[in-house]
Amino acid sequence: MIRSEILREIAPILRPHLVVCNIGLPSQELHSIDDQPTNFYMLGTMGLASSIGLGVALAQDKTVISIDGDGSILTNMGTLPTIANNVADNFILLIVDNGSYGSTGDQPTYAGKLTSLTAVAKACGCENVVECQDVDTGKVLQEAIDSKKMTIIVCKCDSGNIKLPVITRDPVNIRDRFMEAVKA
Amino acid sequence: MSISKKIVDDFVANDVSFITTVPCKQLGGVIEECEARPEIYHIPSNKEDEGMGLCAGAFMGGKRPAIIMQNTAIGVTINTLVTLTQFYRMPLPMLISYRGELKEPVACQAEMAVHTKALLAQLNIPTYHFHKEADVEEFDAILKYTFMCNKPVAILTDATFWGGY
Repeated sequence: MIRSEILREIAPILRPHLVVCNIGLPSQELHSIDDQPTNFYMLGTMGLASSIGLGVALAQDKTVISIDGDGSILTNMGTLPTIANNVADNFILLIVDNGSYGSTGDQPTYAGKLTSLTAVAKACGCENVVECQDVDTGKVLQEAIDSKKMTIIVCKCDSGNIKLPVITRDPVNIRDRFMEAVKA
Repeated sequence: MSISKKIVDDFVANDVSFITTVPCKQLGGVIEECEARPEIYHIPSNKEDEGMGLCAGAFMGGKRPAIIMQNTAIGVTINTLVTLTQFYRMPLPMLISYRGELKEPVACQAEMAVHTKALLAQLNIPTYHFHKEADVEEFDAILKYTFMCNKPVAILTDATFWGGY
């Protein structure tokens, strides 16, 4: 499965929760599959989806799911020790690990070669790290939500993109809409 | 009262309850004070752009954030300041150690110091420079200003302000 197929499958699971979605195609895909006020779309700043999600989770009680990519985690590798050492049991980091920088044309990442983000997350001190195959993502995500334990999911899947328009919603509107959903 | 305590008192009085820090000798006292206060969730960052991501999240989650860092971090965080903090219009007080000014012992710090104000001006970031101890009296008003206008705001604090090394 490619990322957009996984997002389509897990959209009903994501819907009731706060979601911070990675820059580029992941946000465009989620926006086109199931736009919700509870979704925060990153329009810039590669690498910070996990940091933003952790910040939201630490500031309030609702479940927060950051949808990140292997390339973006590699960009901000320092995020994993910070997550491990600031446990927020309402936080789930879903790393869609397709071994490539999808939004820029599927250039290969090191995570698709010798580097295991699962092993890195564990070595950083993250207690609940689950590596799964694309077809199992929904089940693993639902279990992580139900466990009420901070969980890092590394979802191994195929690289590949679908063609979608960019998000034209104003960033301040995206942010304001998301903040209203946090308070609701 | 120590300057560090006064600064953190002002953070608390302005309901700033989520502070991320990247280590700095000059700001060591403030960082210790943040860690000691029960009103503040102190979360050390590994890099300043990561810290700004955490602050953006905390703000959207309903808390008032702040970041404490060195001026060298301006070089690290320009993209984040522009495409996250400013693009989504979020407030962020940045308490910055202004290394490379008078009394600086490390030559390399002067290299970034000469660019600091120019970069902040280029980014249209309101910037305040604390040089004398009494300048700290403005800190409370600067915090109020930051959360009024939803902008990143820089407070540069130099070695003379901190009483030298």
